[in-house]
Amino acid sequence: MIWETLRLALQAILRNALRSFLTVLGVVIGVGAVIAMVTIGNGTTAKVESEISALGTNLLFLRPGQGFGPTRSDAPDFTSRDVAAIQEQIGGLLAVAPVVSAAATAIYGNENWNTTVTGTTNAFLVARDWTLTEGRSFLEGELRSGKAVCLIGQTVRQELFGRADPLGARIRLKNVSCEVIGLLEAKGQSSFGQDQDDTVIMPIRAVQRRLIGDTDIPSIYLSAQDGVDTAKVKRDVTLLMRERRHISAREDDDFQVRDMAEIVQTMTATTTVLTGLLGAVAAVSLLVGGIGIMNIMLVSVTERTREIGIRLAIGAQERQVLLQFLVEAVVLSLFGGLIGIALGLGLAGLASGLLGVPFVLEPGIVALAFAFSAAVGVGFGFFPARRAARLDPIEALRHE
Amino acid sequence: MAGAAPQPSPLIELRQVTRTYGRGSAEVRALDGVDLAIAAGEFVAIMGPSGSGKSTAMNILGCLDTPSRGAYLFKGVEVGSLTRDQRALLRRHFIGFVFQGFNLLARTSALENVELPLIYRGAPLGERRALALEALAKVGLQGRELHQPSELSGGQQQRVAIARAIVTRPDVVLADEPTGNLDTARSREIMELLAELNRRDGITIVMVTHEQEMAAYAGRIVRFLDGRIESDGPEKEAAQ
Repeated sequence: MIWETLRLALQAILRNALRSFLTVLGVVIGVGAVIAMVTIGNGTTAKVESEISALGTNLLFLRPGQGFGPTRSDAPDFTSRDVAAIQEQIGGLLAVAPVVSAAATAIYGNENWNTTVTGTTNAFLVARDWTLTEGRSFLEGELRSGKAVCLIGQTVRQELFGRADPLGARIRLKNVSCEVIGLLEAKGQSSFGQDQDDTVIMPIRAVQRRLIGDTDIPSIYLSAQDGVDTAKVKRDVTLLMRERRHISAREDDDFQVRDMAEIVQTMTATTTVLTGLLGAVAAVSLLVGGIGIMNIMLVSVTERTREIGIRLAIGAQERQVLLQFLVEAVVLSLFGGLIGIALGLGLAGLASGLLGVPFVLEPGIVALAFAFSAAVGVGFGFFPARRAARLDPIEALRHE
Repeated sequence: MAGAAPQPSPLIELRQVTRTYGRGSAEVRALDGVDLAIAAGEFVAIMGPSGSGKSTAMNILGCLDTPSRGAYLFKGVEVGSLTRDQRALLRRHFIGFVFQGFNLLARTSALENVELPLIYRGAPLGERRALALEALAKVGLQGRELHQPSELSGGQQQRVAIARAIVTRPDVVLADEPTGNLDTARSREIMELLAELNRRDGITIVMVTHEQEMAAYAGRIVRFLDGRIESDGPEKEAAQ
């Protein structure tokens, strides 16, 4: 009986192939949109995650103030004594690098280039796992005296020197003349969209004294040794800094220690919310698709009133007629769902190729879309089917 | 097998059946206290002008409608007390319908049309095919099994409809003006067929018709007028 009903439904659908297709177009677009959105969203999340974790999962950032935005003015920066204290008192650290940065125009000959100058120590290169392709890093004496020497990124080299050898050349940053002693390897774009190679690294004291004019340290990079629990390091650093910054037990931290996991979360939270929103919009179009199916099923019931009358007269029971039309609606919307899934995955595949985002197939969402389109068929097919089942056979047979 | 031989329990029995439509002053009495008994094996023609109540009577006989008052006993079962689905089961198992407008499913082959009642009986495909082919052969449509209604003449369509009505081997076939849409030659063929089914297979046939000539094929003619039975008897005397 169920096979008969299925066959019957297929027949009825194929009899009006074009109309059936137009009917399910709403469901096709709805399901397709949900699948495409979620798949592309997942791909983007996966990409951001992998890029951020490529920075090193052992990395921690220490900065004053709370929140992800600009530093709050009432939270003081760190000092070189804080850096020393961390180095002495926290175990399991590979590198502790104080970081200050300033915007400056780098000038060499006739070329000039706006870039970011980072003042730090060699520990920064360790923490960021950054190597030099040419030259050397800072000497102990250069760091202590704040000598005007610098390492330059590939972008800066390209802009100022073209193909010429930069080593030993002197570039000017504001009014500081600075000798290029090393060339950083190319890192490319960060997941935040910044060009990581557009940078000049100088000894921290040189930047503090000659470019900024104070000795504050607005951020500290920490890198834990392999196998050391970053959560523990984070706790230790927090306790130490609370003590050093004289924060009483009742007060909140006026600084933050963030690890990569947190930053990944912050970054992916945005894409997750966006994916959810787009999914919701797509779900609305599914609803509209369902109403389309109901509409056409009602038309179909009216058109086939006579057929229903014949079926009732020769002995079909109410539920058999109900089932027939319900199965038809469900088969119709499942067709829509299947086409939609194929369309959505196709679009997502295309988009992943164009955007360079990995294609992350989530079977759960495919199953959900399939189930949802079945539910749309049942939900919106029920009313027309019931109307068909409750027709008076005498009236139905008289229907022209 | 005229209705002269009374049986202890008739196949079909209407007892003081009244059917009204509407309420109060707008009440229309389509049937007004009709008594009618039809025995198994009879071939009965129902005649009467439009609005005389014959269609209402047919609907009640076919278990499509129920009396407002009075009782309808089908094989001794009081139909008025059955649910809609129970009446559907009665139709499925014991009653075949033939309509004036044929009422075949469009774009569906003759074979599938004839199989339709068997599908609702839950008969397996093989059995269905065999019974449908047999019924189509009985109405003289061998070789046209796969034709769709639009590819068949009116007479042939009515034959398919008759095959559909008899494929379940029903106790009674109710035919509502089966020749109303056919020319005289085609009408005679259909009547011959019905008469043969009645004679050879013992199928009880109740037929509504306007035409005296077609009614003459029946052994008994019941005439309706204004919701009552005006006359009831064998062909010759009723024709007067």
